[in-house]
Amino acid sequence: MPLYLTEDQTMLRNTAREFMASEGNIPAQLRKYRDMNCKDGFGHALWRQFGEMGFNGILISEEDGGLGLGHVEAGIVIEEIGRNLTPSPFLMTAVAVVEALKGTALRERWYPGILSGDTVAALAVDEGPKHRPDAISMWAERAGNGFRLTGRKQFVVQGASADLIVVAARAEEGVTLFAVEKEARGLEVEGVRLADSSIGARMDFQGVEVDADAVIGEVGGGEAVLSRVLNAGRAGAASEMVGLGSAAMSMTVEYLKQRKQFGRLIGEFQVLQHRAAHLYSELEIARSAAIKAQQLLDEGSEEAEAMVSVAKAKAGWASTLAVQEGVQMHGGIGMTDEYDIGLYMKRDRALNELFGDPNYHADKLARMKGY
Amino acid sequence: MSDLETFRSEMRAWLEANCPPEMREPMRDESDACWGGRNFTFKNEAQRKWLEVMAQRGWTVPDWPKDYGGGGLSPAETKVLRQEMARIGARNPLMSFGISMLGPALLKYGTEAQKKRFLPEIARGEIRWCQGYSEPNAGSDLASLQTKCEDKGDHWLVNGQKVWTSYADKADWIFCLVRTDFQAPKHKGISFLLFDMASPGVSTRPILLISGYSPFCETFFDDVKVPKDQVVGEINKGWDVAKYLLGHEREMISGMGLGGGQSVSLGEAFKDVVAGDPLLRADMARFDVDAMAFRAMSERFMDELKAGMAHPAQPSMMKYAGTELNKARHELVMAAGGSDALEWESDRSRKGKAAREWLRTKANSIEGGTSEVQLGIIAKRILDLPGA
Repeated sequence: MPLYLTEDQTMLRNTAREFMASEGNIPAQLRKYRDMNCKDGFGHALWRQFGEMGFNGILISEEDGGLGLGHVEAGIVIEEIGRNLTPSPFLMTAVAVVEALKGTALRERWYPGILSGDTVAALAVDEGPKHRPDAISMWAERAGNGFRLTGRKQFVVQGASADLIVVAARAEEGVTLFAVEKEARGLEVEGVRLADSSIGARMDFQGVEVDADAVIGEVGGGEAVLSRVLNAGRAGAASEMVGLGSAAMSMTVEYLKQRKQFGRLIGEFQVLQHRAAHLYSELEIARSAAIKAQQLLDEGSEEAEAMVSVAKAKAGWASTLAVQEGVQMHGGIGMTDEYDIGLYMKRDRALNELFGDPNYHADKLARMKGY
Repeated sequence: MSDLETFRSEMRAWLEANCPPEMREPMRDESDACWGGRNFTFKNEAQRKWLEVMAQRGWTVPDWPKDYGGGGLSPAETKVLRQEMARIGARNPLMSFGISMLGPALLKYGTEAQKKRFLPEIARGEIRWCQGYSEPNAGSDLASLQTKCEDKGDHWLVNGQKVWTSYADKADWIFCLVRTDFQAPKHKGISFLLFDMASPGVSTRPILLISGYSPFCETFFDDVKVPKDQVVGEINKGWDVAKYLLGHEREMISGMGLGGGQSVSLGEAFKDVVAGDPLLRADMARFDVDAMAFRAMSERFMDELKAGMAHPAQPSMMKYAGTELNKARHELVMAAGGSDALEWESDRSRKGKAAREWLRTKANSIEGGTSEVQLGIIAKRILDLPGA
């Protein structure tokens, strides 16, 4: 398969680009919900519009009412989200949790609401400030015909507004994923506003009891599912950073063409031209890595996991470079809340942490390569 | 089965039957490559045979038209051929500036007679070409070149000097930028000339480099007579041909970032060393991320190029990123090798292979337009930034 978008994919990109620029733009969404101090940090109306557009069903099979497309297509939509900093449950709900429920009986209960944009779902994995999915310590103890979950989670994106929380816990048999509903007794959720104005959640599971049918996949078989879910999320996050970085670069390059100092456009200065050109190069490489990773995921290739880590790390570096250069090249106004470039910087930091930062993924790649 | 899958299975069978085992072993360095040409001595029978069978099919230049010695393959078929060759580790049957640089320029700008005359012998590896671009006072500012070419009625007369001419001492012919109009603005007085290096008045002198090798020469032209029909494109419009060819040169050089097609990760290759050196391990891990991401970029770029979707200045980005990556690779190889990698002549070090290659890569970001020149091109032609 050639490593560029097909005609259908280009059409999807154009649709998503137009939709996100008109409906999901910064004043209409991010600033609006931030400034009204919204407890969800995103708009449910837009989430339903996502449903109407069909975006939410990209990774859901046609039999289940979705579009039956793949990670490349999901990435196309996410890249536009990244460009506009659109606050949306898309990555967590329509990518990560949809991937988690794939092939399970639980999908009948949850997919319809996800498809329509009525349901928000979250993924609870991290237990400390860094992403360490290999060291999950939340305890899942057998109780009655089900399990009792005890432990803490954090950085549960959109967790405070989620109807469904997919939780990774350790049972006697090994890591297991559970589908927990928001009303579950013993679950304390604290919504926390993050630097990028999104709302993460800290969750305290105080002996939360769930039925056996809340188990996703096999008891003790959660590692494989979790790795599939995380890789889908990481590839998506890579696309979001590619979109974010590209938008930050465009804003900055446009600024270089308008701002005059010393009697000339600052974009005439070679020192800035070369830095902008280097940034362009890094972003194009990151974009290629993200598409490649998504193609490999869609092919079910054995090489997908390594490429996903490459994409997440490379996109993280490139996007961070884009926002750092962006703020610096904007000069003083880049520090003001009025200008959007600072919003890009904050979102970049959050996305870098999500699902493992570049160090985590470079290290993971090294381990996969046996060193 | 689709046509492409049929093609793949036929290709696989053919390669299996025709690629000699010796030609499936990785090349150790450039001296293992088959360069062809009038003066080339094949290293062994396998190398000669491999070139012969591939050239017979036109597969040294799979996507050139059959009329000019090519294979006439579609972009998709060409990709399959490369994938199938890579699958068995088949060597490139012919390393050639004629293929990677002159050929594309002739296909676009050459007359029918020029194409018929020059392309088939390039495809068969019979004539080895060199590139006469840089001059002592025309490096990054290439268009200021001064080699003089005068119209003497029934022939051209060439006088001047080129420098950094790769393998000029081994080449049979040269494609050369010369000045045919000294009054016109510098870009508008240049022509693109082809001539035989055996012509009277041509001489070469190898330049000893920091690597201890002499891949480049100074090349002198002293009253060299050139037939009139050996100009490519219009007189005084050679700069268009030159730029087009540079795009192809940059693509070729950017491929160096792929580490000669080795898929093994750098950290994996030095796993024993990095086990005791966490900072080097971290550097290697970051390098492997960059290298794998660049590999995806190369694949995408080649796909876009074949589909006619690539930005015309994209080769500059590839050249910049690929050569900087290759330099980073060799810095890490030296760091991992420690004092072993410093040995310059011993058989143990294969005559200083690591150190000499490390030094060779420093030219990557200079030759074919420096990194700074490429960044300038990206800034102006892709990002549309203003000024000079």
